[in-house]
Amino acid sequence: MTTSTVTAPASAKTPRKAAAPDPDRARRRRRLAQWGFVAPAVAFMLLFFGYPLVRNVVMSFQHYTPKTFFTGEAPFNGTDNWASVFQDVLFGKALWHTLVFTAGSLLGQFCAGLALAVFFNRRFPLGGVLRSLILLPWLVPMVVSGIVWRRILDQDTGVLNTFLDTFGLGGNTPWLTSPDMALLSVILVNIWIGIPFNMVILYGGLQEIPKELYEAASLDGASAWRTFRSVTLPMLKPVITVVLVLGFMSTVKILDLILALTDGGPADATQTLGTLTYQNSFVELDFGAGAVVGNVLILISAVFAVFYLRANRTEGK
Amino acid sequence: MAAHAPTASRRRWGSTVAGLLVLAVMLFPLYWMLNTALQPDSDLLQVDPVPTGLDLSGFSKALGDQGGHLLTSLVVSFGAVAICLAVSAPAAYGLARFGLRGSRTIVFGTLITQMVPGIVIANALYNSYVDLGLVNSYLGLMLADASLGIPFSIVLMRSFMVSIPGEVVEAAEIDGAGPVRVFLRVVLPMSRNALITSGLFAFLFAWSDFMFALTLNTTDDVKPVTLGIYQYIGAHVGDWGAVMAASVLSAVPAAVLLVLAQKYIAAGITGGSVK
Repeated sequence: MTTSTVTAPASAKTPRKAAAPDPDRARRRRRLAQWGFVAPAVAFMLLFFGYPLVRNVVMSFQHYTPKTFFTGEAPFNGTDNWASVFQDVLFGKALWHTLVFTAGSLLGQFCAGLALAVFFNRRFPLGGVLRSLILLPWLVPMVVSGIVWRRILDQDTGVLNTFLDTFGLGGNTPWLTSPDMALLSVILVNIWIGIPFNMVILYGGLQEIPKELYEAASLDGASAWRTFRSVTLPMLKPVITVVLVLGFMSTVKILDLILALTDGGPADATQTLGTLTYQNSFVELDFGAGAVVGNVLILISAVFAVFYLRANRTEGK
Repeated sequence: MAAHAPTASRRRWGSTVAGLLVLAVMLFPLYWMLNTALQPDSDLLQVDPVPTGLDLSGFSKALGDQGGHLLTSLVVSFGAVAICLAVSAPAAYGLARFGLRGSRTIVFGTLITQMVPGIVIANALYNSYVDLGLVNSYLGLMLADASLGIPFSIVLMRSFMVSIPGEVVEAAEIDGAGPVRVFLRVVLPMSRNALITSGLFAFLFAWSDFMFALTLNTTDDVKPVTLGIYQYIGAHVGDWGAVMAASVLSAVPAAVLLVLAQKYIAAGITGGSVK
């Protein structure tokens, strides 16, 4: 047998002559067994992540109708889907809502999460217990949280308006039923959902900062705010990047929460790229149009990922 | 700033009070969910701040309507966990230990998958599932839900398995154990904590899944509780007591896990994201 694995530097040790083919063969067999460990996961990820990406691009050039699933026919129609989606006013609206929703949610979650992380970073009685209990909202299924909030925010009988009413603070706010208010309400609920996650990761980051740095700062007579700005924030930067990137990825594609709270309404006021994809594909059964919106969603994520990777690389060097 | 002992301790307890307030605000919606569930007759009225009696009729109605869906959720979630661990544990070990060519690319690819929006996956998956006859099937939903946990589990377990000392593995190999045996007898038992954390998260991801349940099912055959509750509000807007009772039941696993496995949850959130 010829050696096809000579690229490995270790081959210098093993005799390469035909007289001793066995170690080579054994090694190749071992490599094969080793790949056996990894192959199922690679196959799974190719099928469930790689393939959908490719299929979506193809689908965006195909004409799907409700009849497609009986006839199995989805003829190619050039760029018709793209043209009709981009000409639709709803697409521009959904894009804008997605950006506002993502930026607003991230800003709120991050600031509140950071404040709480700093707060819990001090030692006080019951601190650990309280900190872990705050995780509970994050563990409840998101649709369920959305439905609970839908009840709380009900204009006539919801507890928030009842509460505001007792203080004479406009207890008749149409949180989810007014097109002007709905997006803001959805953002506020999503901030509530995201706070625990932000807090836990940022808290973990704070714990890693060496205590000596704080001692040095206090010896220098730095104020609390100065210490936060000059010690905490710079040391926390890598963790902050991770939190914001993960937050972006999970927020930009939001679907569950909005369906549970508003179903994209009222008057499409909370329609995002995620809900629009769903509506195109699974409500109107126009999978071609759904694929177009989905591809835009992927593109936004990809652009963001490139920026992230580049920022990471320059920081690493 | 010479803080006397009494002031310092008072300030520490002041933090506790502030912490309790924060917790009260954060957990209020969950309290309200329970509170509303115990007042099933308040549909079009305002809900009292505290339940006046112990009316469990909302819960019995919810169990009657959603009990089967809760069971479906359990079956699907456990199936997804089994698939997820069976696929990702060997892969994590392989990527941590064998130094295969392409390992780095695979790990990078695993991280990138977190970027792909679920609805985009569902869009393509639905069409493949139609071709494969996997729509409205337990297996189809389990596989899709497993995909939510696999990248996370690979990353988490790999970062753990990298730290297993090479000597331990080599010692077993010298005793004549093959790679599969080493993995099963040595590596897996040593990775117990990482396995538990991955399994817990895979369960939570699958249990919380709504999107795959919504998109990959067209009939009532396989309906997890998240989908059940969502359709419940569509049909029973007037019956909030039962809806909230069903919501409480669907939140039970999360609460149980948080109490019983808090250590693993905290480890998973930080480990899975920062590594």
